[in-house]
Amino acid sequence: MAKIIVNGETQEVLLPLNLTELIKQNDVSQPDMVSVQVNDDFVDRAEWDGLQIKEGDIVDFLYFMGGGM
Amino acid sequence: MIDFTEEQIKRYSRHILLQDVGVEGQEKIMNARVLVVGAGGLGAPVSLYLAAAGIGTIGIVDADVVDLSNLQRQVIHFTKDVGVPKVKSAKEKIEAINPDVKVDTYFEFLDSSNALDIIRQYDFIVDGTDNFPVKFLINDACVMAEKPFSHGGILRFNGQTFTHLPGTACYRCMFKEPPPAGAVPTCSQAGVLGAIAGMLGTIQAAETLKYFTGVGELLTNRLLTFDAKTMLFRTVTVKHRDSCPICGSSPTIDHLIDYEQAACDLKSH
Repeated sequence: MAKIIVNGETQEVLLPLNLTELIKQNDVSQPDMVSVQVNDDFVDRAEWDGLQIKEGDIVDFLYFMGGGM
Repeated sequence: MIDFTEEQIKRYSRHILLQDVGVEGQEKIMNARVLVVGAGGLGAPVSLYLAAAGIGTIGIVDADVVDLSNLQRQVIHFTKDVGVPKVKSAKEKIEAINPDVKVDTYFEFLDSSNALDIIRQYDFIVDGTDNFPVKFLINDACVMAEKPFSHGGILRFNGQTFTHLPGTACYRCMFKEPPPAGAVPTCSQAGVLGAIAGMLGTIQAAETLKYFTGVGELLTNRLLTFDAKTMLFRTVTVKHRDSCPICGSSPTIDHLIDYEQAACDLKSH
């Protein structure tokens, strides 16, 4: 088990785990609608599969929010 | 230096009393030119508070007329205004609140043909729009014209906002490009609790006033999000992205883009 922080909260996850799998585990229903930052750097969608999560990673999901009117 | 009338000293006394604002800060507010894009859920509270604060000139862009379904949250429009252009209804309320404020109205959509011309006339821009094509357009035009702006988005019980100054993270640093058309619920399909618009809009108004008075720290390189169901507010640090297609070191976008509006948005008009 590895401890990581997702959206400010500690999670325990089983490694190996890539970013796409972590997104799925966190019930992100529309991955198209999320932008992901790992350890303060944005990760392009094309790199999600190849990015392996490691102990202590800080992951933030930023959601598109388009309303205003 | 503006010579304040007695009436102005009284009207703005609660600002002038603030050590961080004072007469100098109030004068900066009164010399400011702010553009509010969208006279809707966010544009309504933003415009009302900026008018009350005495912003010198407020420009408002909106091509819509007031609809009955707007009144649940767009507090600058009244029942009698249904069918009236939103810019006209908003101008009337702003002038009623504060005759010191000059109001410019643009009864048109902001697009690639007019965005830079309009934005260049203002010192600070507030995004109060309800769709991604225009949110990206405002971002790109402000980066190109080196204008600061406040971004705002609301959905259901949630809101998010950040402030951009030239050199700090922009919308494309966080979200490279609009999500696929159709994947995106907007207020018209997903709904929004009316007061959420007020919560987020007043944050945007406060950021605008902070910008002009130089008070405190702006929401730059930070994305503030909140969930009104839990009333948890969270600020995520975001970094300017060197590979950003518009504000990075070798930008790939050199002109404004009119993205396709999601088909489902068009149906709602």
